[in-house]
Amino acid sequence: MDRIVEHLWIIPALPLLAAGIIALLKRPHRKAAAALAIGSLGLAFLVSCVAFAATLHPAAGAGTVRLTHNFAWFDLGESTLRLGWLLDPLTAGMLVMVTFVGSLIFVFSVGYMAHDPNFTRFFGFLSLFAAAMLGLLVANNLLFLFMCWEVVGLASYLLIGFWFQKPEAAAAAKKAFVTTRIGDLGFFLGMVWLYHGTGTLLFYDKGAGCLEQGAIASLVAQTTLGGMAVSTAISLLLFCGAAGKSGQVPLHVWLPDAMEGPTPVSALIHAATMVAAGVFLVARVFPLLGASAAGLPADGHVPHTAALAVVTWIGAITAVFGALVAVAQSDIKRILAYSTVSQLGYMMMGLGVGGPAVGMFHLLAHAFFKALLFLGAGSVIHGCHGEQDIRRMGGLRKAMPATFATYAVGMMALAGFPLVFSGFWSKDEILHAALAWSPSRLPFALGLFGAFLTAFYMIRQMWFVFFAPSAHPAARHGHDTRPDAAAPHDSPPVMTVSLAILAGATVAMSLLATPVWPWFHAYLGGHLDHLHVGWDADGAVLATMALSTVAVALGTGVSWRLYSRSATGTDAVERLVPRLFGALRGRLYVDGFYAATVFRLNRAAATAFDWIDRFVWGSLAGSTAWIATGFSWLGRLLDDAGINPGFDAGCAGTRGTGRLVSLFQNGQTQRYLRLVGGGIVAIVVAVAWTGKK
Amino acid sequence: MTPFPLITFLTLTPVVGALVLALAGGRDARRSRNIALGFSLLAFLETAWMVAGFDGKSAALQFAEHHPWIPSLGAEYFVAVDGLSILMVLLSALLVPFAIGVGPGNVDRPHAFHALVLLLQAGLFGAFTALNFFHWFLYWELSLVPAYFLVKLWGGPGRRAAATQFFVYTFAGSVAMLLAMQAVFLATGTFDLPDLARLARSGELARGLGTKLHWTGLAPEALGMLLFAGVFLGLAVKVPLMPFHTWLPGTYAEAPTNVTMLLTGALSKMGIYGFLRILAPIFPSQLRDSLDLLTALAVLTVVASAFAAFAQKDLKRLLAYSSINHLGLCLLGLFAALQPKAAAAAHGWSIERVAALDGVLLQVFNHGLTAAALFGFVALIERRSGGLRGIGDFGGLRGVAPVFAGLMGISIFASLGLPGLNGFVGEFLVFKGAFPLAPVAASVSALGLLLTAIFLLTLVQRVFAGTLNGAWKDFPDLGRAELAVFAPAVALMFVLGVAPQLALNLVNPTVVALVNRLGF
Repeated sequence: MDRIVEHLWIIPALPLLAAGIIALLKRPHRKAAAALAIGSLGLAFLVSCVAFAATLHPAAGAGTVRLTHNFAWFDLGESTLRLGWLLDPLTAGMLVMVTFVGSLIFVFSVGYMAHDPNFTRFFGFLSLFAAAMLGLLVANNLLFLFMCWEVVGLASYLLIGFWFQKPEAAAAAKKAFVTTRIGDLGFFLGMVWLYHGTGTLLFYDKGAGCLEQGAIASLVAQTTLGGMAVSTAISLLLFCGAAGKSGQVPLHVWLPDAMEGPTPVSALIHAATMVAAGVFLVARVFPLLGASAAGLPADGHVPHTAALAVVTWIGAITAVFGALVAVAQSDIKRILAYSTVSQLGYMMMGLGVGGPAVGMFHLLAHAFFKALLFLGAGSVIHGCHGEQDIRRMGGLRKAMPATFATYAVGMMALAGFPLVFSGFWSKDEILHAALAWSPSRLPFALGLFGAFLTAFYMIRQMWFVFFAPSAHPAARHGHDTRPDAAAPHDSPPVMTVSLAILAGATVAMSLLATPVWPWFHAYLGGHLDHLHVGWDADGAVLATMALSTVAVALGTGVSWRLYSRSATGTDAVERLVPRLFGALRGRLYVDGFYAATVFRLNRAAATAFDWIDRFVWGSLAGSTAWIATGFSWLGRLLDDAGINPGFDAGCAGTRGTGRLVSLFQNGQTQRYLRLVGGGIVAIVVAVAWTGKK
Repeated sequence: MTPFPLITFLTLTPVVGALVLALAGGRDARRSRNIALGFSLLAFLETAWMVAGFDGKSAALQFAEHHPWIPSLGAEYFVAVDGLSILMVLLSALLVPFAIGVGPGNVDRPHAFHALVLLLQAGLFGAFTALNFFHWFLYWELSLVPAYFLVKLWGGPGRRAAATQFFVYTFAGSVAMLLAMQAVFLATGTFDLPDLARLARSGELARGLGTKLHWTGLAPEALGMLLFAGVFLGLAVKVPLMPFHTWLPGTYAEAPTNVTMLLTGALSKMGIYGFLRILAPIFPSQLRDSLDLLTALAVLTVVASAFAAFAQKDLKRLLAYSSINHLGLCLLGLFAALQPKAAAAAHGWSIERVAALDGVLLQVFNHGLTAAALFGFVALIERRSGGLRGIGDFGGLRGVAPVFAGLMGISIFASLGLPGLNGFVGEFLVFKGAFPLAPVAASVSALGLLLTAIFLLTLVQRVFAGTLNGAWKDFPDLGRAELAVFAPAVALMFVLGVAPQLALNLVNPTVVALVNRLGF
């Protein structure tokens, strides 16, 4: 067992190595690059499975499997900064998901990016992205996690801006990096505070780690500004980072813009990696967030702490916000992007009300079906020759049967159609936990409303893309049998096979967290040996299931009715409530608000500081220089008056005054130097004189 | 048998090089460049030898040479290296061949140019190894003079004004420092820096000010503060600390770009070094009394320079402000490390002080490397564009010069502190120390980290991304020779990002000893 954790670094190292080799490859080595990237991640998947297997069988009575391996990085004063690897169910589950979904996205990319001149570079960046994400997962040290976290940010920057010739892509890449870095500042400060408060950044270190009893108890006992416990303050700072990375309101603005990257990148960012990192971080430091005067959060019981309340509220607001905005978008990827914002809100809310198992299961389920949806969208875009506006698609059900079938699975999972889709069970758990959350029922109501909206906007999208009368000229005249290059077509097998596998996984996932067999809870909680098949759920579970089913059915029904009967041209909702639709379409003006406030403030500050620099400090320095120059002119005048007359007389006017002046101007600094030399000598002599006495 | 006088030998190597150039350089650019490169590489090898022989576990002065010189003046020839100086010496030894490799382009009198660069290096080596104020100051000035002439004779269109401002500013600071140290000498009778630090600790310095300098009519406290202010001024101008910085953007912009590499990479570090070697040990109580003001100035430096960088259109001015920002972080860490704290706190503060100072020294080295590389890339851009270097003059260069864009991009990410590259660990350690010791100052300064990311990424966006500016469709990518110059620098960024212990282990024991000596 220990040997596995000692060698856990192999998992991130494999794609990192691939990224390094690909970086040195020349452009034409396309096949080698793709093979390296896919091969290394596939291998990482296999190693992850081995690691996963090791977490399945805890020693009797030991609870959760938690293996660590720590080692020194550098000496700091008389102590040592140590890094380490950590293998527990949280890490193992994520490892398997990231490598599995990642591999499928890589394979899909081979088809999607086939015509791109920078194909080789693309696979290098993808591998770097995967490596950073995997490094983040295996970290047993918050510092190492943060380092990988930032590299994830870099890789997303490179990939979002992959088509760097497009000014929008370059702008979106910068926006993503900067917005997440705003959150990262909080993360950074929280981290150094945690380091100071506990003396270590190792999560687990045989009782001495920063997430273990002793350290957390001391953090809870200290208070800081406003009587807040230090543990709460640190938790909130760390959550800033998570909110930035996981697109929580108000730091969500980068996420929809990240659509400027190639579609497989969107799938990777929105499903398996970047956004998952924030949720993972909250799950990882959950003992800190959930710490109260009563101690660490016990398994199965989620305490009500201030930090978790913030997580819950931010999550609930984000869930509804994202769903609302998604209703009025018409870019196929942008709808999915806002749905990601919304789903991330659900995950955070799940963590806040139900703990890691609830939030993480939605993360894993979402990773599969959102990857499926994005790749499906990619397939649609590929098949429609780059078209992204759903209003100009339509009728693709017939033209792209494989894409349609798999997309429908993803859509039903996202919308939470009952029983056989993972999204139903994972969202249900969140709602169930929210129902039991004693501080307020409002998050539950928001969650339910979000479920209704989700079904609504996904049906709207399905209708426009697959069912509406085709907007394509070639398809208007019945089924077009000619191999017309311009007609929509299904994607090549290298792309559809990934879709099929993800669709299968989406359905299969639904078996893991039903009330009948809550395997995932038992796995994360470390009591797999007590797991049995049976119905021991209470009435609240059934009530939640019923309510969410009703919400989904309502959303589906209303949406279908509205759209299937509406004439093409305008949007049904737009006709009903044009002003609300306009506001939603304008993303509730958050971006505009930032542009009007933060950006402008920033520019004003820049101008102000530049101005101060040039004119205030500059003129101070300038006047000083003038005074100095004045003194030297005074010196010159004295020279002229006192010394030069005799000299001039001696030379009998052989020197022109003009020449003299130019000499002075050219040699001003040399003159300073001479003065300095003279001054130093004078001081030295004076000192020597006094020294003798 | 006395040990080999390695430090003297090292300091003389570039001097000999300069002499050879002056006598035999001729007007052939390639030849003088090769001679200069040869001598600077020789100096680098000597430094490498020194680093290899340096005992990283010891806080003691090593490779010391101690000879009487002018006893009546307190002048002894005393040179050595310890953890404070070893990285600075190494940095000087690395950057000079780097700058010569980047080259000044086509210049008049290349032999004179390169001779001055080598003299500058001799000044750097001397200033980082001298432990007697007498010749420390000579070297300090010696590095100033070649820099002045390099700017004045080979700089851009505004060179004359820039050079004069540079000179007046740094010179005024130097005079203030010299006078203050003269007074210290009168009070103590020694110029020996370790001795002075000892006298300051034992209180003899303060007593000496009272007894030997009573004729000034000033109370010892006031006199101490005045002398502190004099030395401080000399150092603050050099680093620079705002508002003593106005010489810098103009000078950096007008200097030949490969000289800017040295100005920011190595010369600015003399200021930080002076804070650690002279100011903090000799004037600890005065420093502590003015710490709030100084910390506030450091925060101002970090934030204001980052904002000012935004408003710059000239790449060199932008990077100049970025340099001020990075050095401001060094000063923040330094001042935070000296912050008095109640001894009875739950956790020892000394670990935080050590972290901050370790971070400062690491940041000094890393900034030297990264900033020099960035200015080096700008030098190449200027050479390819016929002198243009406005942020809006380009666009889409990544399409035509991918390797160039990649390597400069790596340097930019190193500069904004991306983990895995060299800049991060230093920043982390500075904040690890500074945040607990001076929470408000550190939190406000963290804003600087964000702003740095924004303006540096804006640079990337404007210069490298977007549609290709038609004027540069033949912009050449990095050539083989250029790659040979830049690849080692970029490789070093990776190495120090992953294995910062290579540098940290050299300095850590000295820093621990320093913190213990300063005694809080």
